[in-house]
Amino acid sequence: MITLNEVQKDYSDSVQIGPVTTEIESGGITALVGPNGAGKSTILTMMGRLLDLDHGTIEVAGHDVVKTPSRTIAKILSVLRQENHFVTRLTVRQLVGFGRFPHSGGRLTLGDEKYISEAIDFLDLTDLEHRYLDQLSGGQRQRAYVAMVLAQQTDYVLLDEPLNNLDMQHAVQMMKQLRRAADDLGRTIVIVLHDINFAAHYSDRIMAMKNGQVIKHGTPEEIMQNQVLSEIFNTDITVIEGPSGPLAVYY
Amino acid sequence: MSTSQAHTEAHTAPSADQPQRPPGQSARQPDSATARRRHSKPITDKKHLRKYLLVMSLLTVLAIAVTVGIMTYDNPAEFGSRGWWLIAGMRRDSLLTIAVVTLCHTMATIAFQTAVNNRIITPGIMGFGSLYTAIQTGFVYIFGAAGVTMLVGVPQFFLQMIVMLLLATGLYTWLLSGKFSNIHIMLLIGVVIGGTLASLSNFMQRMLTPSEFDVLTAQLFGNISNARAEYLPYAIPIALLVTVVLWLRSSKLNVMALGKTTALNLGVNYKRELIGILALVSILISMATALIGPMMFLGFLTAMLAYQFADTYSHRMLFPMGFLFGYTILAGGYFILRHLWDAGGAVTVIVELIGGTVFLIFILRKGRL
Repeated sequence: MITLNEVQKDYSDSVQIGPVTTEIESGGITALVGPNGAGKSTILTMMGRLLDLDHGTIEVAGHDVVKTPSRTIAKILSVLRQENHFVTRLTVRQLVGFGRFPHSGGRLTLGDEKYISEAIDFLDLTDLEHRYLDQLSGGQRQRAYVAMVLAQQTDYVLLDEPLNNLDMQHAVQMMKQLRRAADDLGRTIVIVLHDINFAAHYSDRIMAMKNGQVIKHGTPEEIMQNQVLSEIFNTDITVIEGPSGPLAVYY
Repeated sequence: MSTSQAHTEAHTAPSADQPQRPPGQSARQPDSATARRRHSKPITDKKHLRKYLLVMSLLTVLAIAVTVGIMTYDNPAEFGSRGWWLIAGMRRDSLLTIAVVTLCHTMATIAFQTAVNNRIITPGIMGFGSLYTAIQTGFVYIFGAAGVTMLVGVPQFFLQMIVMLLLATGLYTWLLSGKFSNIHIMLLIGVVIGGTLASLSNFMQRMLTPSEFDVLTAQLFGNISNARAEYLPYAIPIALLVTVVLWLRSSKLNVMALGKTTALNLGVNYKRELIGILALVSILISMATALIGPMMFLGFLTAMLAYQFADTYSHRMLFPMGFLFGYTILAGGYFILRHLWDAGGAVTVIVELIGGTVFLIFILRKGRL
């Protein structure tokens, strides 16, 4: 369980995210949705201790993310940001291998190699594992990054807009793989999404943010209501019954 | 996803460097990839290993050849006589200086570029060279040509080193722990301080008499013979010690090279690690600068060559290759210029010239850093 208690980030006198007090249950996928500037990424990166908190505490599985040594947290929680650029030239497999660093300290054992292979196979990168990252397309590279955080073998996986820059095919593929990671591997996944329909279809819970506050937190059925969505996104949204669940229409 | 899709979409990646890739790497069939034992080591395959070992052994042979060449070539005294050993001893000190300077610049530059996640800038950007120039110029300005000799001696060597160390340490502890906490601001301020010091030196140099200026100029180019043998007993252990520390931190350096967020995600205490690396880097660079004067390009050149030829993320493979490149180039240049052409002072100038040219050729040919 991830517990946020009075979490706050002050960007300036007028722009402030929080205070947010909420809990994210273990297991399944929790989607963070909301308009631009709502504070989704801020909250996510603070949960992943990539950003300092100005106020409050965050606990992941009982560990305070600020006070617990970074190395310990890295075995419980992994976090992936949107933009990833490396100066070093790495193959897919080498990158995924870095996911084992918190456990191996840089010295990869046979057990580590097994986890690496599993993560690579899980994301269908087997044929590409010896390619260099600069030889891959955006979608493949994105999968390689996700494979790295999966190889980290953490119970909690935080992803900041992993569908950014992915086309329909790859976005769907990515969500299906994350769904499998949650179901088959038992990971707790927290993900920032922009497309409410993706969130409704693939996640177990939706946490909606607006103006730095969590305004709704519930199952997709509870969130996928005309009035609720219109309020979250400041846009007239109609929910219709689609072939596989509710769909938000907002064009 | 099917393999055919995977292959067609790979072409969205920049294709400019495709033709230069060794055959077999890009045309590899997927089944051969799975057939090989699956591992994630810094060396990807046999071909890569062969290339690495070939370059390393070639460099080792060259380094030994150059060393033997410098030690023995055209020694005017009779072999085995006291004079012969005297000359050989002086040459040995030059070689040791070259080795220490190369070690400092190579280790420092690779570690620095890893820490700041940028392979174009060098630690020299923190203003070490400008500070050295300012100190030397200041002494000549105030004390005349005698000022140069006042800066010779072990205490003075350490003093110059400490002043440079203080500047660098102050700069980044202030800037990285304060509210800025931003490498780019730190580098910018380093550049500005460097520029200010350079203008100050320039101003003072204009007021010197031509003879004083001449004496000073000799000091301001990195020059192997600036180093005095009495510095070496102190410089060698310090350089080796820092090298060992960096070597032991190699696996953390590998992670630091992935950038701040990835390093944090993988459980590295980023800020502590960054300040630690920068402190070690400033020790190395300030010492090398105090030893022979500023060298803008040496570290950059060796690091660049190591990245290109080793083609790996592993610092344990980059460091030795960078060092061998640096040593071979610097000692080789010294041998050719001093013993074959008899033009000792200009070695470092030539190295920087060659370095720049090699760098340009490489970038234009390969199209990536």
